[in-house]
Parts: sequence; structure tokens; C-alpha cells
Amino acid sequence: MNHTNNLINHPLFLKEGKKVAFTSEVLNKVHSLMERYPADQQKSALLPVLHIAQEEFGGYLSVDVMDYVAALLGIQPIEVYEVATFYSMFYLEKTGTYVIEVCRTGPCAISGGEMIMEHLLEVLKIKPGETTPDGMFTLKEVECLGSCGTGPVMQVNTRYFEHLTPGKVDKILAEMREYANNDKPDDSTWVEKFC
Amino acid sequence: MGGKILLANIDVPGIRGYDVYRSNGGYTSVEKALREMTQAQVTAEVNKSGLRGRGGAGFPTGLKWSFLDRKSDKPRYLVCNADESEPGTFKDRYLMHHLPHRLIEGLIISSFALGVKTCYIYIRGEFKYLVGILEKAIKEAHLHGFLGERILGTDFSLNIYVHPGAGAYICGEETALLESLEGKRGNPRIKPPFPAFKGLYGCPTVVNNVETLAAVGPIISMGGEAYAMIGKGKSTGTKLISACGNIKNPGVYEIEMGLPVEDFIYSPEYCGGIANDKYLKAVIPGGSSVPILPADLILSTAKGEKRLMTYESLADGDFESGTMLGSGGFIVYDEDACIVRNTWNLTRFYRHESCGQCSPCREGTGWMEKVLYRIEHRQGKMSDIDLLVRVAKNIEGNTICPLGDAAAWPVASAIRHFRVEFEEHVLHPAAMLEKERHLKLKY
Amino acid sequence: MLKVTIDNISIEVEEGTTILNAARMIGGKVVPPAMCYYSKLKGSGGKCRTCLVKVSHSSAKDPRPMGKLVASCSTPVQDGMVVQNLTSPEVIETRKGIVEFLLLNHPLDCPVCDQAGECDLQDLSFGFGMEETATEEERREFPMIDIGEKIKLHMNRCILCYRCVYTADQLTEKRLHGVLYRGDVSEIGTFIQHAVTNDFSGNMIDVCPVGALTDKTFRFKSRVWFLNPMNAHRDCPACSGKVTAWMFGNEIYRITGRKDRYGELEEFICNECRFEKKDINDWVIEGPRHIRRQSVISANHYEEMKKQSLIDPIAGTMESLT
Repeated sequence: MNHTNNLINHPLFLKEGKKVAFTSEVLNKVHSLMERYPADQQKSALLPVLHIAQEEFGGYLSVDVMDYVAALLGIQPIEVYEVATFYSMFYLEKTGTYVIEVCRTGPCAISGGEMIMEHLLEVLKIKPGETTPDGMFTLKEVECLGSCGTGPVMQVNTRYFEHLTPGKVDKILAEMREYANNDKPDDSTWVEKFC
Repeated sequence: MGGKILLANIDVPGIRGYDVYRSNGGYTSVEKALREMTQAQVTAEVNKSGLRGRGGAGFPTGLKWSFLDRKSDKPRYLVCNADESEPGTFKDRYLMHHLPHRLIEGLIISSFALGVKTCYIYIRGEFKYLVGILEKAIKEAHLHGFLGERILGTDFSLNIYVHPGAGAYICGEETALLESLEGKRGNPRIKPPFPAFKGLYGCPTVVNNVETLAAVGPIISMGGEAYAMIGKGKSTGTKLISACGNIKNPGVYEIEMGLPVEDFIYSPEYCGGIANDKYLKAVIPGGSSVPILPADLILSTAKGEKRLMTYESLADGDFESGTMLGSGGFIVYDEDACIVRNTWNLTRFYRHESCGQCSPCREGTGWMEKVLYRIEHRQGKMSDIDLLVRVAKNIEGNTICPLGDAAAWPVASAIRHFRVEFEEHVLHPAAMLEKERHLKLKY
Repeated sequence: MLKVTIDNISIEVEEGTTILNAARMIGGKVVPPAMCYYSKLKGSGGKCRTCLVKVSHSSAKDPRPMGKLVASCSTPVQDGMVVQNLTSPEVIETRKGIVEFLLLNHPLDCPVCDQAGECDLQDLSFGFGMEETATEEERREFPMIDIGEKIKLHMNRCILCYRCVYTADQLTEKRLHGVLYRGDVSEIGTFIQHAVTNDFSGNMIDVCPVGALTDKTFRFKSRVWFLNPMNAHRDCPACSGKVTAWMFGNEIYRITGRKDRYGELEEFICNECRFEKKDINDWVIEGPRHIRRQSVISANHYEEMKKQSLIDPIAGTMESLT
């Protein structure tokens, strides 16, 4: 998916020479999402639009991106910062191509979740919260993913991997590396999710 | 196994799609409600059914609906709480994944009864893959005239929208959910006013759990009285229990309320007993927030009666010797489980998920986590155990929303029932660590 | 009118009045402390939990007690309600617990804090705090930042009452700061280096119940109890111009708004009055400002103390104190 060709030239978003703007295709989707909420309550669309923005603009929310979203919804930038810092699915710093989030909460912990984390630390040679030097993987610990009967669980870019073993993790990592060299392997995007 | 109600036809191939769902009796309850019944009649059936909120609190659904401010001329909203984040709970996810139309059906009937024209499904952001499934189901329902303008030729119109959250357990609390839906931080609101009067956008609003709303369709089909015949006493109908932990068959089970806990744990139909044939040590029966009970007290009450899977039986003995049915997140611990480590783990969860708005929860969850961390990591003192009890007591009941209680109960109950284990950690820290290292190898 | 009884003293109030405001109408010891509620800021309250009280009778219709302690600042009075504040040992115990929570991560740096002597948290700790701290954990720390040219933010001291956020929301056109992150790492901030420059932003300093937001033009100039608070006014195009000038001799050390006996501003003042007008010739000095007897400032006998009436909540009688 190459969106760089049809960027919207809006003077508001030409900060520091960078263009932050959705493609017209995505913008249409965003507008249709905003229509789901009363006309005087456009702030309601903030969470879904931030999900889309995070996906469209490199996997994290930069200040420029947040300011852009604020302008789109007609709210103050601080209102976006407040929200983006509150929810754990929004990343404020650049992440790797794959964000690996390992569940560490109760039921997963007693079914081997801690061991999966240890294995990942060993294989990727990074600490939780860090990104591998090649920019491929970011490792994170997260709280309950709601998949307690199928633990241990990890989520890679919002895709679930369940019943993990160290062997299975190795296989998943290898597949990810291979995918990354070709095309985007992931589940469909947030934009595609909303009909 | 008794007849399935919520999960009926779940094994039919393609039941997720409209056509198969419809040909297996789907949407007939919508036709019945919209064509043959009035709003009041639908509400009356829900009242008769004795349905109680399946999200955790167990509040009678009909009663909750009756609080809705019907005098206001503002629009009314129905919000479906699909922010399932309670550790140990994964029933709503299962239901929406396999039977999205069951939920849509319930939403249509409930909206009709409440006079709602716009309904939002607030789903936790981590369940992104379900957003596509739900959106597709909604689109199909539109296509076949069950959503949109003038449904089935009646005056009733309805739109349902899916709204993803973005990673915050607190948004499962209904007013935090509404704040989040309005595009704000998930800070629970100060009540009163309650959502029934001032909910979404300050309008009268009902917030119900996925499982609760999904039960409305079957209740209309079979009639409230027939539904109330199922179950035991005030715990009517069936309940989805998501079982996990050290058991042979983790998964989601639909049980008739009143099933003995012992049967649920050991019957091959359900959990199938403890994994690797170990002994049962403890159970958290209703999601991580409810008190943990040791094996003897979960199987029978302090009075010696068989403990049943009902709201009342599980709560028998209050918090001295009882617990709660909660959301039905059934977590089983075998003989090897370390209660201290587990309590620390869950407290870390609550610390991470506290919104930070009110002082007892913001400061108290962090304090308990730090103390438990020390006890678990060889640096505990005997006085720490009583300190934990005191901090938990100071949080409980003094916060804006129930998250404070949810954080305090696991700590208080773990110390109440397993105090010796905490003391052992303080007295023999090295031995405890050695034991845990050994246990890690078993996976 | 609704009848409510608080600590054995009854009063009739209008419908919609909260327990706290009913207590303030009675006055004296029955008034629960409030760290986050601010009557002039819409939406404030309910967060700090220091004003929790016991409702032993919900109403005349429903005489059952309420199951939990309730936040008096956000619970409306019902007819026939009976409330216990200081007469309930449970309330006092709980309040001690809440103070302990509020102080848990507070740096206790009163000796170097400009707010000392007029700090609500200090007063609260004096009333309900424990003598020893039970925690041995490390306190959370944030860097100190300038949140505007004239305002310093010591996040370490903040108790997250949200008052300053409501102030910015309701008094200024564009709110630039807010509450960021969540749980016990949540903080007040602007996220990016933003100077809060709105004309009324200085009021954040006055509404702050602790020393988290301080006036940079006054920092470390003097302890408040060495200064004489004087009512003063000037013709101001932006605000009422009615202020308190904190003076030492003929010198004005700082300007604040005029605070009532619950520590709330009578009127919000503009930044020009607050930060720019430090010359005695800018102001018409009206005279000494009445201060609370409990205030440390009164220890210097700055103002002659009149006989004050206090209500003894336990006995339900009026008692005269000198």
C-alpha cells in the first residue's frame, strides 16, 4: 500500500517540511466514521481515528500526527495527548515493524507466560520496551489480553498467537522476518475493518 | 449437557454468517418482538426472566432498564459493553467470535424495548479482529432489513456502530466506558447522576454486557417465565463460564446455574479435573477481582453445603468464607501454585490499570504492588502482611468506581485464606525461590 | 426545602445542594475538608476522597444507611438525611487512611516549599495525619518544569485534584495542559514544551491546594507568614482588580486573588494584576485582610482576634472561643 502519491496538501499540516495527512481514500473512511457520532460530538471518533492514524503514519503517534487528528476533529491538541497517553495501545515512540506484546497477567503467568517472555528476551537480546537494532521487533509486556484459556498468549501487531511454546515462538519470529522482506503480512488494517 | 441457549447451534458450520444463522432460527425473536409485542411487553418478559447482568455485578437487567429516564426528550442510547478485560474472562470474545448475530439480535430487541435509535458496541481495542466480524454481521443485518430505517416495516429504526477502545481495563466500568466513547480518558464518572439519566452525551443511556444482551433474544423466543425456570432461585438461566488455569480442558462453557462447583471442575464435560492429576489448591471463580477461595471452601460452604454455580451460593458466607460469581472467569490453581506470586501478579495488573483519578486507588494499588513485590522477592517483613491488610481496607469502598474494591479483594482474601504462605515467604525466602525455580521447569 | 442533619446539627437547604455545601452553610467543625472540590469550577470534586462522610439515614422515605461512605462534595442532600462527619469514628479512620495515601508519594518538602503555611495538604495532615510514615518504598519523582513563563510545576507535590485543568478549561480559551498518562504515573503536563500563556492562567496557582503550582515571581522570596495580607484593588480592564497584596513594609511581595474561608478564590484575577503589578503605587490598599484563626499567620498577632463562635458538633451546641 503506497499512500505517498496522493497526499493532501493542507497548509495546516506542512510542519517542518513533513506532510501529515491521510490519503483521500482513508480520509473518506475517517469522515464516514465521524458520521457515526452526533454532529456536535465529533470527539467521539478520537479512538478509532487514532488507531487508523497510528497504522497510517509509521506505527506510532508523533506530535504532528496527534495535532493533525486534533485539527480533523476540531479539538485542542492537549485533548489528544491526554487520550493518547492514557491508552496502552497507542505508542508515542517509534516502534519496530512488529510489536510483540506478551501477556503477563495471572492465568497466562501460571500457564507459562513468564517463560515465553524469558525466551523472547534471550532470543531478541533486548529488554521489554526496547526495539531490536534492525528495527524489526519491539518487545512489550502487557496485561490480560482476554485469552486466558489459551495461554500463554502474545499479540503481534494486534494479531493473537496462542498456546505458545518456545519452539512455536521461534517459528513465528522466523516467519515474521520472512514476511517483512516481502509484503505486509498482517491482518487487515483498521480502515479495512470498518465497513 | 443441558440444552444450550446462548451457544445454541455454535457447532453448525458457517453459523457466523447471516444465512446459516437465519436458517437455524435466527432473527425470529426480532420478528416476534417487533411484530407481535409492545415495548412494555418486551421489558416485562425480560423482567420475568430474572436475567441479571452478566458483566460481573449481577444487577437485575429488567430493573436497570426500568431506571431509564423516559421523560427526557433527549435521544436515548444503548451501549453494549464488550470491553472484556477481567483476567480470566474470555466468554464475550468467544460469543462474538462464533455467534455475532446472537448479539445483534439481542441489541435490536433491547433497543426496541428501550426506545433507542442508536446503539454502540464498545469493544476493547485488542479484539481488533472481532471488529471486522461484528461490522460484517451488522452489514448483513442491514442488508436483510433488520437494521436501518423502519425495520420489518414498523416505525422502529436502529443503527448499530462498533467502537473500539484502545487498551484500558477501566473502560469496562460503565461510566469510564461512556467517557471513552466520548473520546476522552477512561476516567469513571462520579455518581450520581447515573447513566440512566445522564449517560452518553448527557442523554439517558443503558449499558449492558455482551452476554446479557445476547440472552435477550432467547428470552423473547422462549418467554421470560420459561427462562426463569432454568437455573436455581434468583440465579436464573444459563451462564457462560470461561475456565482457565491448571485444568485439563480450558474453554468457555454454558452451564445451567445451580451446577455444583465440584461437578464443574471435575466433570469431563467441563473442566475435566486438574491438569496432570494434581490436587486442587484454590479457585478464583468470577474473574481476578473476586476473592480467592481455598479448595475446601470452593467445593462446599462454611456450613458444609455443596457450593453451587449461582450468585447466591458462591457468595454464601460473605467475604469471610465466600466469594462472587462475578463475570464467570473461573481460574483454577493446582497444588504448585504460589499464592503470593499470584497475588503480586494480579496487584501489578490493578496498579497498571488504575486510571489514577482518585487517591485511594491511584496510591493504594501502587503501594500494595510494591510491598507484595518485596515479599515475593525475599525482602518482606512480617509487618508487611498486616500493612497489606490495612492498605486494602483503606482502599475498599472508598474509591469512585469498583476498581478499588477489585484491587483490594484479591489481596485481602489471599491473606485471609493463605496467611501461612505469606509468612513462609517472609521467614524462608530462599526456600520459596528455590521451589519456584523448580516449578518453572515443569512447563 | 430539604432538611439535613450533619453531626447532630440540622439545616434546611434547597434541592440539589450537596452535603458539603450544606455543611458549609452550618460552618465550623462539621465542614468536611475538600482537596479537589472547588465550588467555582464545574465538574470538580469527587477525586481526593477526603470529604467522605457517613450517611446513617438516606432520607425520610428510606431510612436505611448508605452502604459506603460517600463523597460529600458530590452527593446531593435528600430530605431527612442524617450525615455523620466528625461524629463517626469510621469517617475519621478512613480520612486518616486517605491522608496517608495523599502523602504516600508527596515529598514532604514543606521546609523549602512556598506553599507552606497556606497549604491545604499541610492543614489536612495536621488534622488527620499519622505521626510516622508506614511506607518504606521510594517516592515517585518527576522533573520540575516551567509550565509558563511565570508558573513553576513541581509534579512531585501534586495530588492530582484536577482543579488547574478545570481552571484552564473554564477560564481560558485554549487549554494547553492536562492530565497525561494514567494510574500512579499520571501527571499534569503540556506533553510538548508549551508555555501556558493565557491571560487567566495564573489562577491555577491559587486553585492549587498544594505547592505543585507556584508563582515564579514569588518563589523563595519570603515565607508567607512573614507577610501581611492586605486587601487591595485597582482599575483593571481585564478582571475585577480586587486582590490580596502580600506586603512586607511598603513592599509588595506577591499578588493573589482573595480567598474565602474554604481557601477558594472569591474572584479570579488576570495575569497582569498577578504578575506585573508589584509596585505599591499600582494599588489602592484597603486594609488588613481577615485571616483564619488557625492560620500560622495569626500566630504573629497580625490582626486582633475577635471572639469567634464555633459549633461543637458532638454536643450540638454553640460554644464561644477566644
